[in-house]
Amino acid sequence: MSQPPNGSAPPDPDTPAPAALSAVPTQPAPPGPATAPARPAAPLLPGPSHGSGPDPSHGSGPDPGGVPPRRTALAEGVERLRAAAVTEPGRLRALGALLALLVVAFGAVTAWQAAERTAAAGDVLHRSQPLSSEAAGIYRSLAAANTAASTGFLAGGQETKDSRDRYEQGIRTAADSLVTAAANSEPGSASAATVADLNRLLPRYKGLVERARVYNRQGYPVGGAYLRYANDLMQEDMLPAAEALYTSENGRLSDDYADAKRPPWAALVLGLLALAALAWAQYRTYRRTHRVLNRGLVAATAATAAALLWLVAGHGVARSQLSASHDHGVRSLTVLHEARLASLKARGNENLTLVARGAETVTVGGEREDAYDAEYRTEMAALGADLAEARRLADDAAGERPVAAAAGDAARWRERHRAARAEDENGNYRQALEKVIGGRGATAESFDGVDTALATALAHEEREFARAAGAGLDALAGLPQGAGTLAALGAAGAVLGIGRRLSEYR
Amino acid sequence: MRVRDPRARLRGWGGVGAMAVGCVLALLLLVCLLPAFRPAARGLGAAGDGGTGVTHGEPARAEAACTDPERQTLAPSGADGPTIEEIRSRPEEKRKLIVGVDQNSYRWGYRDPNSGGTAELEGFDIDLVHRIAEEILGDRNAVLFKAIPTDQRIPAIQEGRVDMVVRTMTINCDRLRDVAFSAPYFRTGQQLLAPKSSTITGYDGTLAGKRICTAAGSTALSQLTADRAAGKLVASADLSVTVPSQLDCLVRLQLGEVDAVVTDGALAASQAAQDPTVALKGDAFTTEYYGVAMRKDADDLVRRVNKILVDFRADPDGWRMSYRTWLSATLGGGEEDLRKSEPPRPRYLRGS
Repeated sequence: MSQPPNGSAPPDPDTPAPAALSAVPTQPAPPGPATAPARPAAPLLPGPSHGSGPDPSHGSGPDPGGVPPRRTALAEGVERLRAAAVTEPGRLRALGALLALLVVAFGAVTAWQAAERTAAAGDVLHRSQPLSSEAAGIYRSLAAANTAASTGFLAGGQETKDSRDRYEQGIRTAADSLVTAAANSEPGSASAATVADLNRLLPRYKGLVERARVYNRQGYPVGGAYLRYANDLMQEDMLPAAEALYTSENGRLSDDYADAKRPPWAALVLGLLALAALAWAQYRTYRRTHRVLNRGLVAATAATAAALLWLVAGHGVARSQLSASHDHGVRSLTVLHEARLASLKARGNENLTLVARGAETVTVGGEREDAYDAEYRTEMAALGADLAEARRLADDAAGERPVAAAAGDAARWRERHRAARAEDENGNYRQALEKVIGGRGATAESFDGVDTALATALAHEEREFARAAGAGLDALAGLPQGAGTLAALGAAGAVLGIGRRLSEYR
Repeated sequence: MRVRDPRARLRGWGGVGAMAVGCVLALLLLVCLLPAFRPAARGLGAAGDGGTGVTHGEPARAEAACTDPERQTLAPSGADGPTIEEIRSRPEEKRKLIVGVDQNSYRWGYRDPNSGGTAELEGFDIDLVHRIAEEILGDRNAVLFKAIPTDQRIPAIQEGRVDMVVRTMTINCDRLRDVAFSAPYFRTGQQLLAPKSSTITGYDGTLAGKRICTAAGSTALSQLTADRAAGKLVASADLSVTVPSQLDCLVRLQLGEVDAVVTDGALAASQAAQDPTVALKGDAFTTEYYGVAMRKDADDLVRRVNKILVDFRADPDGWRMSYRTWLSATLGGGEEDLRKSEPPRPRYLRGS
């Protein structure tokens, strides 16, 4: 590295290189029109920022080495700028630089903000919504497994193939979903901790249920005690954790929605500024030259306006599609998920009413009631409210049909449950059991009906969501690249346009 | 150990003397303060181990009035009264005896998962319930079983959710304040259950630092708490694990969450029968009697149940048959084992 002694004239790149100077002056400068090639544009950009040659308005190219006492490059640059500012070509150069800068900045900010919103919309469609559904799925499959386990217990030592299959299915789905959730949660986040908790609790739960089965088969009541313990673990630790996961994934979904829908203010303001500056530059040119059109500036204006329009339209469409996906998809999905959870909880409590046989009571309005039956009624009321809401939100027949079917099954369920409770309260335990876990005409049938119908409705709303959110994402497609290209074109146009004017001073 | 023996014995006698003096003082005080009090309720038996509460003013009354709780019941009678009439007059479908039972006590009150889907509760307690229903309502199956956790037995009776509780319920003085008991139908005592490989040898110093599981609201828990406060149980014993039903203790024991279980010997034997790796450690350290609990004012029902119990015990197909069916497997089927569990000849010392 050479270190030039200070004070001496350094031939460093800051000093106006002959190339920079020569580019302008080499053009023999009659104020003639027409030739305006791309070449003079290039040096114009670095021109004012570097401080171009001393007094370029004279057009004479003095040898830089010829002036003996030189001050620092900065001081010289400032002086030259000041000198340039009072001359028209200097002003033109500054103007050209400003226009180019504004347009380029607009393009860059647009590309950046559009890319951000595209990413957020992509996250809504491909990440946070699927993860939110996945979390609801974890909750549902855990609750389903637990309900199946208690049904198996009710049925006696030899649980049916159906209840065993349901239990295994629930555990398997939960385990699979946990793997997905673990892969998608950020390390160290609350979600990651919750997923880790669930991963730790799931085998523990399964161990307890297996022990319960073994003892049940041997005819020992300690099997029932294990099942109660497993149920406590599920109700008190696992389901709340799954619920927390669902809540946090839903929060992430809301965040992604907000990110995708936030108006790109910076890009909009810069776009308007660039347009205003271009308009003013053209007005100024018109005032001074009485020429109406400067092709370069017109092209720059057109490109900028196109980019701005594209931004406004593209993001506007994306916003409205995303809003639609939220209103018609996510809201329905949330309500349907909640309805499904309520039906599962109601079913679990219905079973536990028979498992516990009046062991737990609560006081409701001064009356002692079976705790599980009271809980069943709370969940059924929630199910009814959720179904009514889902019906209100359903915006087509295909969405409404399964919801109506679920509501019908829920009504039948309530009726059958009342009959089963009456049997139990009259001491006819076996008949009550038959009415709850038996075959045709049992509440099990109604519950299955509700569950199947809700699954259908959920699948439908998932499709609706994916369609609308996909349309929103498509509306943003190509916007970052397009805005960048248009801005580059616009900047080039502005520079060319100003270059044309500048060349008139040669 | 031998050297300290006489002195310890001396101290022991001193303690007993002090207790006796305390008892007499408390009794005097009571008689002075409450002239209407009827000392007839006091049993004839010697002071026994009822003196622990003497130092406290408030429980002294009950303790002094109640030395042999298993005798504080009404004389048997077959006459019907308002309570029985009410049960009989229940409408058709509901004309059933509502009984609080356990469904978790192996061979006492439980549901055999392999009983072929009948879902019937069965066991020694359940036999007795069927017998009572047959005598009162003429149908041994006219019963509505309510499974209740240990600490809900008294509230269930007081709130009228059940007519009676037949659920391995120990007759004691505290409970006599809230409910009425029948004559005893079974004799047992608190006993310790631990893994066979455990260093715990019995209700003694080997429990230092060990976690002991009991059912919430059980006599075991109150006994252990009192013993620990009195220094009879090592202070480092951890009693913090309580569960709704004694069987839940076996789950905790198998999972290694506790080191030992204390419950009635009869139930501890049921637990041991379900897991060959655990065993009863040491002898029973209390003597207790199971009774049928009813509402405090259901005098006719108490008398009737006492009558049924007399017949039940006299009937060769009654008490002894039920014992052989359900309990010989867990408590031993020898004649001596039966005698150990059979309560003494009942005494009916309650006036009204």
